[in-house]
Amino acid sequence: MLHTFVALVEDKPGVLSRVSLLFRRLNVNIYSLSVGRSERVGTSRMTIIAEASATASHRIAASLYKLENVISVEDVGEQATVNRELALIKVAATPQTRSHIFELVEVFRARIVDLAKESLMIELTGVESKIEGLIQVLEESGDEVLEVARTGRMVMRRGKHGSRVLGAMRLADAGDAPREPGTLDEGEPTEHRFND
Amino acid sequence: MSDPRHDKTVENQKAEASKAEATDRAGDQLPNPYQDPQMGLSTHGDALADYQPSTHPAAEVEHAVEAHQPISLTGAEIVWATLEGEGVREVFGYPGGAILPVYDALRKFPIKHILVRHEQGATHMADGYARASGRVGVAIATSGPGATNMVTGLATAMLDSIPIVCITGQVSSKVLGSDAFQEVDITGVTLPITKHNYLVTKAEDIAPVLREAFAVAQAGRPGPVLVDITKDAQQATASFDFAAAAPAARRPHPMLSASYDSITDAATLIRAAKRPVILSGHGVIKAKATEQVLTLSERLQIPVATTLLGLGGYPASHPLALGMMGMHGESWVNDAIQKSDLLIACGMRFDDRVTGTLATYAPHAKKIHIEIDPAEINKNVKADVALIGDLREVLELLLPHIYQSNAPAESAWLREINESKGESAVRDIRNLPDLGHLYAAHVMHDLWRVTEGNAIVATDVGQHQMWEAQYYRHEHPRTLITSGGLGTMGFALPAGIGAKVACPDREVWVIAGDGGFQMTACELSTIAQEQLDINIAVINNGYLGMVRQWQEFFYEKNYASSPILSPDFVKLAEAHGIAGATVRSRSEVDAAMTQARTTRGPFLINFLVEKEESVYPMIPAGAALHEMIRRPAAGPDPMLESSEDL
Repeated sequence: MLHTFVALVEDKPGVLSRVSLLFRRLNVNIYSLSVGRSERVGTSRMTIIAEASATASHRIAASLYKLENVISVEDVGEQATVNRELALIKVAATPQTRSHIFELVEVFRARIVDLAKESLMIELTGVESKIEGLIQVLEESGDEVLEVARTGRMVMRRGKHGSRVLGAMRLADAGDAPREPGTLDEGEPTEHRFND
Repeated sequence: MSDPRHDKTVENQKAEASKAEATDRAGDQLPNPYQDPQMGLSTHGDALADYQPSTHPAAEVEHAVEAHQPISLTGAEIVWATLEGEGVREVFGYPGGAILPVYDALRKFPIKHILVRHEQGATHMADGYARASGRVGVAIATSGPGATNMVTGLATAMLDSIPIVCITGQVSSKVLGSDAFQEVDITGVTLPITKHNYLVTKAEDIAPVLREAFAVAQAGRPGPVLVDITKDAQQATASFDFAAAAPAARRPHPMLSASYDSITDAATLIRAAKRPVILSGHGVIKAKATEQVLTLSERLQIPVATTLLGLGGYPASHPLALGMMGMHGESWVNDAIQKSDLLIACGMRFDDRVTGTLATYAPHAKKIHIEIDPAEINKNVKADVALIGDLREVLELLLPHIYQSNAPAESAWLREINESKGESAVRDIRNLPDLGHLYAAHVMHDLWRVTEGNAIVATDVGQHQMWEAQYYRHEHPRTLITSGGLGTMGFALPAGIGAKVACPDREVWVIAGDGGFQMTACELSTIAQEQLDINIAVINNGYLGMVRQWQEFFYEKNYASSPILSPDFVKLAEAHGIAGATVRSRSEVDAAMTQARTTRGPFLINFLVEKEESVYPMIPAGAALHEMIRRPAAGPDPMLESSEDL
């Protein structure tokens, strides 16, 4: 199953290669990885999505925490989170064929951020399925997708909510996350928190 | 050959005689082979004629460490001042272009430098130093090839969790990444085989980074750290303040606290167990938890099996000590584990050489895993109760819940194990006559007897390593120095040098096979130059013995590239000004060992042992722990194996 590791790391040269080396060594493919500055000076937050069994995910989280540059690690697993990804999509479009794309952009609550003679650029945020959806609809309507750049998933745990709210959100999340809601091996815990 | 406890008086007399002799020559320098005309060593003029072994020079940069205000030093001086502040008294290294500023500053600091013959030797020496003393070992090399030669030593230390700090020179920061002369991206190369590494490009960063490196190397599960310092950083001047360069307090690991609940869960399992076994690992030695493991085992009369690296952590002569477990463990040890209903794993990681195939490992046992590294929990063997933390601290928390056993002194479980020993004893080589052959196992047993188990023994990798582990009984922590995880041939000689430098008053024996010895034999020259009193036993069977054994068992005796031609090791020693002797039969063993022990300075014994002898018992890689290949039982010629026995 896919696991989501959120790591707070030092913002120093070589930290990304230390983190990625760990996945390479375990022969685990990184599905997506996004890095950017965090709220703490001198630190970055990484969101790493990788395919791993529950046992392997414990090892990944524990091994990540062993890296000197990693301040905290969390396998957010089944917790209530907000997942978002940003995509820029360049589509071939002339002034004559633009208008239906405007309609699609409206439906997906995306924005046009660049308009040229032979192409336009769409900015879209949302969960992966929404981005995949727009790309698919564009292709189905005969528009040539010239270029796609995606940030990869960013994940943040939700704040404290009542149990009923959380339950409802879990149901909603299950629909839009790409992971399979598979069962866990041998009742292994899926949450591994390594915070200081 | 009898047990030493039966002829104590003879042994005591010998020990007293050698002690008296040691007192006689106290303060007396060992002979300098370069000054002895009879040795006839080429000294290329007088360069080494006046050579004295490295000493601790007097400090010239006075009070650099104690100064409570910043003083101005070059980066190179800061390297030594910081090492001095960290308590380093000896380093192992090899100079070169990119590290020359550091070497230029060495004479000003009270640190002894041991010149090695190959940088791999420097890392193994630092490693042996750390294993023998518990202090951080330090190795120094130049950039490029000097640094890449350290790779094997770093990996060896990484796999066995040994705290060493390796300092390498690097090309100037201005030309980093330009393929400058002797430039290699050593922090990139060593990323997966160091606990952490650093590239330092500014003189002012040297002290804080080096101090952090020492902290990282020792904290939690120890490991090797590499610090790569550019030449311009060594040459620049910066303000040095040792105290101010102290690393930030290490954040406590969030999982490094065994909860009260898990402690009581573990205690409940232990109290209920009928057939418990303690697995005593390397962590017992690192965490100094021998006392606690002894208490735990004695309170409930729990037998203790030991890993290879754990040997010495639990006294081998203790009635509850079973011996080494795993691939070459005695049958009763592995049988006890397979029949056990509770394994209490203390500071060990269930390596594949210990477990055999995981599917059938200790099938009836619940497992309590006490371990400092959370990444080891459930890695190979699923733990029923995991107690994460410093072994000694966790056991201190656990012991109040374990009460003195009311069980009879010898429980049914211990009786069962002891009865199974009898069957093994008839196959034990110690109880078999030598019939004129010289068996390496006998040599190990004799060495243990002659040294009364008190020597520090550095072993290489292969058959002799396993025989040593089986027949040299280690009573005390840090008396066995061996490469367990990486299995690095060529480790013994340099590691033994490191051990001797760390513990100059201890008797040190290096044991190596004819193959492994030749991998780092150049360090004989280091022994000669430093005039170290080290005894070397080469177990010479004309084969890469363990390879040959595998070829015999699993490759239809196709001895592909395992026969090895060696030089006359005694003459090789002689060429270095080192005395030696060749031993061909068991009757010569004692005399040669006594000669080695009483000879001032190093001594090499070339043991020409049986060529095609194998280590028994053996669990083939990937087989179950109870599926072992046994030594053929005594017959007309007990050492001849027959195919029925395999």
